[in-house]
Amino acid sequence: MGTREYIRERFFPHLWCPGCGHGIVLNGLLHAVENIGLKKNDIVMVSGIGCSARISGYLDFHTLHTIHGRALAFATGVKMSRPELTLLVPMGDGDALSIGGNHFIHACRRNIDITAIVMNNRVYGMTGGQYSPLSGYGTYATTAPYMNIDPDFDVVAVAKAAGATFVARSTTYHIKQLTDVLEAAILHKGFSVVEIMSQCPTYFGRKNKGGSASDMMEVFRTRTTPIASKEKAEDPSLIERGVFEDREAPEYCEEYHHIIERATKGR
Amino acid sequence: MGKRIGMEVAVAASEAAALCRFDMAAVYPITPQSHIAEHLSDIVNDGRVDASFMTVESEHSALSAVIGASAAGARVITATSSQGLMYMNEIMPIASGMRLPIVMLVANRAVSSPINIWNDHSDIMPMRDTGWVTFFSDNGQEAVDMVIQAYKVAERRDVMLPVNVMMDGFQLTHMVEPLIMPDQEEVDRFLPPLVPYATLHPDKPVSMGTLGMPDIFTESQKSKDVALINSISVIREVWKEWEELFGRKYEPVQTYLTEDADVALVTMGSMGETAEVAVDELRKEGIKAGLIKIKLWRPFPFEDLKNAVKGIRVLAVTDRAVSFGGPGGPVCSEIRSALYDEPSRPVIVNYIIGLGGRDVQVADFMTMVKKAAAGKLSEPYEYYGVRG
Ligand SMILES: Cc1ncc(C[n+]2csc(CCOP(=O)(O)OP(=O)(O)O)c2C)c(N)n1
Ligand code: SF4
Ligand SMILES: [Mg+2]
Repeated sequence: MGTREYIRERFFPHLWCPGCGHGIVLNGLLHAVENIGLKKNDIVMVSGIGCSARISGYLDFHTLHTIHGRALAFATGVKMSRPELTLLVPMGDGDALSIGGNHFIHACRRNIDITAIVMNNRVYGMTGGQYSPLSGYGTYATTAPYMNIDPDFDVVAVAKAAGATFVARSTTYHIKQLTDVLEAAILHKGFSVVEIMSQCPTYFGRKNKGGSASDMMEVFRTRTTPIASKEKAEDPSLIERGVFEDREAPEYCEEYHHIIERATKGR
Repeated sequence: MGKRIGMEVAVAASEAAALCRFDMAAVYPITPQSHIAEHLSDIVNDGRVDASFMTVESEHSALSAVIGASAAGARVITATSSQGLMYMNEIMPIASGMRLPIVMLVANRAVSSPINIWNDHSDIMPMRDTGWVTFFSDNGQEAVDMVIQAYKVAERRDVMLPVNVMMDGFQLTHMVEPLIMPDQEEVDRFLPPLVPYATLHPDKPVSMGTLGMPDIFTESQKSKDVALINSISVIREVWKEWEELFGRKYEPVQTYLTEDADVALVTMGSMGETAEVAVDELRKEGIKAGLIKIKLWRPFPFEDLKNAVKGIRVLAVTDRAVSFGGPGGPVCSEIRSALYDEPSRPVIVNYIIGLGGRDVQVADFMTMVKKAAAGKLSEPYEYYGVRG
């Protein structure tokens, strides 16, 4: 099955700005799904609201278009009732960790077999470039013209601490790695979080003098490094990429099934 | 005496809040409110008001944060739209129950599903019973004026209730309109500094929102209801004072050519301006049309409405939201019950119009009036122009 089979061509051209990183994530995701050989009717994509969440409009899976911040809660409902389906939940940094932060940590904690993709452009792109909980201290935004003083989350650290059993990070520059980690995340049994650093040249770039989309991607190249690399030891300010957590733990739907079996034994 | 300027209404409404010298703003951005969020942020960042600005992680937190600040004695502002307002729903009765003079700007937008970012009133209608004073603006000038009036009403000791000001998303928020921006001196004269009634302060401890057992809960609800009902006389007073100071007249129900009207349209929000043109056109054709605009949704102006409809044969009430499975649109349902006990009342027809940004033009209002006047509406309410 070619990647074209997975998309709804009638909705193209897409609405993302020229240079937006979200299209690269779409590309990587398509290849990951194709590499695994998943049938499109076995995939449910659940999205909230945001430029990132629009990804679900372009994919010919079952798609559930919900509300800002709540995609994981909806997805949990889908997975609990049809555990055999593959659940993919693309979210923006705002969607996942601002308004949806509560659902995010609880989904991690439960270890339900869902793949959460955080397309982190460090800004609320869709609503016009306001700062998000991922913008970080010292950045600029339409709501922080003189500098943002809010510290940011580390998505990987939050996901790990909350109990996610697969946690990875990549960037839109590292398309091969991005595809590989998405593939591994989808295959992982349990709750997987993949943070993808994505560029929003329109707002984050413009407000932070980030230059063009390719300039921003160049920063992803130079300011990130594989986990525990020599470069990281020399320059601790570099952001690590790769798989941070990959462990086995009881998956929620399976545990639920066991408990039902136990409770109804002999009946 | 104020300046005549051209300004985007979202920006102008935020400027009006700045003239009220708010102390604290908490907002979460959402289309089409985002320009308000950004402009409030600019105002605070530029040091034009001595205030703090919080970008919270959701609307739920935005309203919660302004409740906290208001309880601590600050003059506060928040703003939202659509799903954001729905998400505030849980907190809205807390604000009115604690009798906090909060002001909120709402850029009205449809609620999901399906996802729609355009204008209608389906966001505010479910909030009807949360105990807030609710103003509806028709145009940019009214949006500006109502923001300032809102603080005055909210903070009056005989009201002490939150007030929200409706402005239609995009149709108003994103339009550059000519308007008169009052100057600071005038607003200072109109709106005295906030003297909070009960404040969280270590020297004088108070409890707010504490447990209300069955033996007191009903009383608490009645007191909120009575306060809201009684606020209409304060609103009239405040609007009278506004008229004296600024020369612009506000009434809970505003009429246009209704004295000799045979059939009258009823609107709420920016479509009133289009309907006004339709009335002029109908008059040219010899049809005695009139228009009733509702400016105050809560407390509902029962007496004003009864007076406004005197002598009118047919009332064509337009609604920009649906009470699904109910009697039609919420505005019409209100009007029907308001007039039920009247010895003589007009024939009332109900049109559901302009949902999710569907355009309604002068010709549409003319058609609605003609059809209503001819008694051709077979259903209890009609989705005007609907396919299927
Ligand atoms: C309850 C609610 N509040 C606010 C919004 C407005 N809104 C839509 S998308 C968005 C943030 C988008 O940022 P992010 O999730 O980071 O996605 P991006 O657009 O940057 O990809 C906001 C605040 C909404 N749709 N619903
Ligand atoms: S605003 Fe930013 S995130 Fe949204 S499409 Fe444009 S570049 Fe992408
Ligand atoms: Mg974002």
